[in-house]
Amino acid sequence: MSALAGGALIGAAAVMLLALNGRIAGISGIVKGLLPPEGATDAAWRICFVVGMVVAPWLVGSVTGEIAVPAVPGNGLWMAVAGVVVGVGTALGGGCTSGHGVCGMARLSGRSIVATLTFMATGVITVFVVRHLLGWGS
Amino acid sequence: MMRALAGLLAGLVFGLGLVISGMSNPAKVLNFLDITGTWDPSLIFVMGGALVVTFIGFRLVLGMSGPVLDTQFHLPTRSDLDMPLVAGAALFGIGWGIGGYCPGPAVTSATLGGWPTLAFLGGMIAGMIAVRILQPRSLSPATIVR
Repeated sequence: MSALAGGALIGAAAVMLLALNGRIAGISGIVKGLLPPEGATDAAWRICFVVGMVVAPWLVGSVTGEIAVPAVPGNGLWMAVAGVVVGVGTALGGGCTSGHGVCGMARLSGRSIVATLTFMATGVITVFVVRHLLGWGS
Repeated sequence: MMRALAGLLAGLVFGLGLVISGMSNPAKVLNFLDITGTWDPSLIFVMGGALVVTFIGFRLVLGMSGPVLDTQFHLPTRSDLDMPLVAGAALFGIGWGIGGYCPGPAVTSATLGGWPTLAFLGGMIAGMIAVRILQPRSLSPATIVR
């Protein structure tokens, strides 16, 4: 139930950003657009979007009284490697779970459908290899 | 100014969705991807719920003459399938499976996840900059205004 409600909020945020700013709510694209930004006006909405995302868990925490701390599967080096692969992959592929998976799929973009099926498949395979073949991590 | 405010609001709602759905927790995401082990299928409903809203909402919005605070919609226009798309998506999935973070949850968890989360974000930004430097401009996914 909370998964469905949370998902609907993600969708609502994407519709809001398209209706107001005419932009696709793809997080990798929004971040990549800051590296470097094309100008002050373009940078401003991107930075504000990121600030809103960062504030969100604290807002949830202030209402529920407990802040959900994310549980990561490895140390800093492990996560840095994961980050580099995600950064290169999303920049090359032009999107991530939000840009391709939510926004692009809703537009029935062939590129996004192919990308989503691809990253879902390699994600599942990677977890299988790491957890069950190599027996690493949580 | 209004565009920035809209960005702040949309980012906040997006982040709330990630936190409430459990998507911002890598442990939950890895269990979602672990279909032969401790599979947690609940995250299917995150994408499902988001897609129902965007599928209907995007059609209504794109029926408007333009966005409220800008002169045009900024939409990707490419429809060809090419190697960078597939290779990039494949790489992204591998990194997602290693760290349990995709970009949104990592950003949302920036102030909560300690050094490993910041290391992920640092790596992600470095990876994006590397592609931006090394990839010819003509190969990057084009966005043309409509």
